[in-house]
Amino acid sequence: MEKTYYNPADLKKFGDIADFEPELAKKFFDYYNDVFKEGALTAREKALIALAVSHTVQCPYCIDAYTAGTMEMGVTEKQMMEAVHVAAAIRGGASLVHGVQMMNKVKKLSM
Amino acid sequence: MPKSLQAQHHNLADKATQLKILSNGIFADGQLPTFKEKIEPLNEYPLKPTSIEIFQVNVGYMCNQVCKHCHVDAGPDRKEIMTRETMQQCLDILRKTKIHTLDLTGGAPEMNPDFRWFVEEANKTGVEEIIVRSNLTIILANPKYHDLPEFFKKNKVRVVSSLPFYQADKTDRQRGEGVFDKSIEALKMLNAVGYGKAGSGLNLDLVYNPSGAFLPGDQAGLEREFKKELKEHFDIDFNSLFTITNIPISRFLEFLIRTENYEDYMDSLVSAFNPAAVKGVMCRNTISVDYDGHMYDCDFNQMLGLKVDKKAGQHISEFDLEKLENRNIIINQHCYGCTAGAGSSCQGTVA
Ligand code: SF4
Ligand code: SF4
Repeated sequence: MEKTYYNPADLKKFGDIADFEPELAKKFFDYYNDVFKEGALTAREKALIALAVSHTVQCPYCIDAYTAGTMEMGVTEKQMMEAVHVAAAIRGGASLVHGVQMMNKVKKLSM
Repeated sequence: MPKSLQAQHHNLADKATQLKILSNGIFADGQLPTFKEKIEPLNEYPLKPTSIEIFQVNVGYMCNQVCKHCHVDAGPDRKEIMTRETMQQCLDILRKTKIHTLDLTGGAPEMNPDFRWFVEEANKTGVEEIIVRSNLTIILANPKYHDLPEFFKKNKVRVVSSLPFYQADKTDRQRGEGVFDKSIEALKMLNAVGYGKAGSGLNLDLVYNPSGAFLPGDQAGLEREFKKELKEHFDIDFNSLFTITNIPISRFLEFLIRTENYEDYMDSLVSAFNPAAVKGVMCRNTISVDYDGHMYDCDFNQMLGLKVDKKAGQHISEFDLEKLENRNIIINQHCYGCTAGAGSSCQGTVA
């Protein structure tokens, strides 16, 4: 049995998902590569968004990949941490805004 | 100030130890292919020169800085320096051949007492271009260097300078406390005499290399970013930005091993191997000369003590253009640094 569910070396094996289903994998990777191309947003902006999102989905592989990726693009540490705060603010805000739902229910149930 | 590996008597100051690390371990046990195994199927082994166009002369390992990533292991404690006699031999070669570029490097080349003489004499040989790889801070290190910008201008030297980042923190972490502010000051002095200004004909290029165990990003994107930031915050102009990959030798190798990044870094270089970059590696059109007049395929091979193929003659006193242009280039795993991603050379990306 593997000692951990997450193994850093598995990141390199991402492409191997094609072994079990090549066609869908190809579609996914083509799409993925196109998404990250320079477009209306720069590659750098996209990498920063990816860094923030990877913290939201809490994917250790993506955090690894986009930490290195943004460093390669010369993104500063402060900018990287600000991106993480954006993720945290949305996560925290998303929880809190559901508080309204809780409050609505409380009000409905209360006399 | 930190010391060079040599002054620390560090085991990695030894070239043979470095070569052992690069040849053994993950490469010997088959985890990663050797560079030779990688280029053989491309019909690029043995790696051959095209023609010799650039004469890169390392005039000494002495430097006023002790940068963490230095592949030369340069520093104030290094005393190896090229003599005027050896420089004279280099000048004779420039006069005799069609080599178009003289590329002066170090250490801080300006610290060689015969540096100015060499530049002036080189100009008389008819060589088309003289490049000086200046670390910038040397211009401010001592009043005797303050007029270097005028000297460069007078001799139409192309200045290529390292600036790892457009902000102080990363630059200082890599190159030493206060280096960023002094570099900015020096860039202003170069701008003031016309360097980097449109229409002046005086070229000022910057060199970016990653401040750690990762690869450089897109050269054009980083150049845009550097230009914008340096203009906005410091009113500095320059011509081009060259991105250079850190080569896993000397102090950078020491950093990789100490921080347990060596295997991952080599793995990322191998994964990013770009067959198209092999065609443009700088050893194919360059000869690198050390302070003693020995010849190497590149500055990195120089630091690993890998002289050019014996059959081509290993000292400038035996310089033979034809033999050199037909030699086999000596390779090892550090060559992956030149062929990762868009490739890397003294002039930035190659593919
Ligand atoms: S990288 Fe350049 S400036 Fe820094 S120590 Fe080495 S030779 Fe000197
Ligand atoms: S390290 Fe030197 S010999 Fe190897 S590819 Fe680069 S320039 Fe050529």
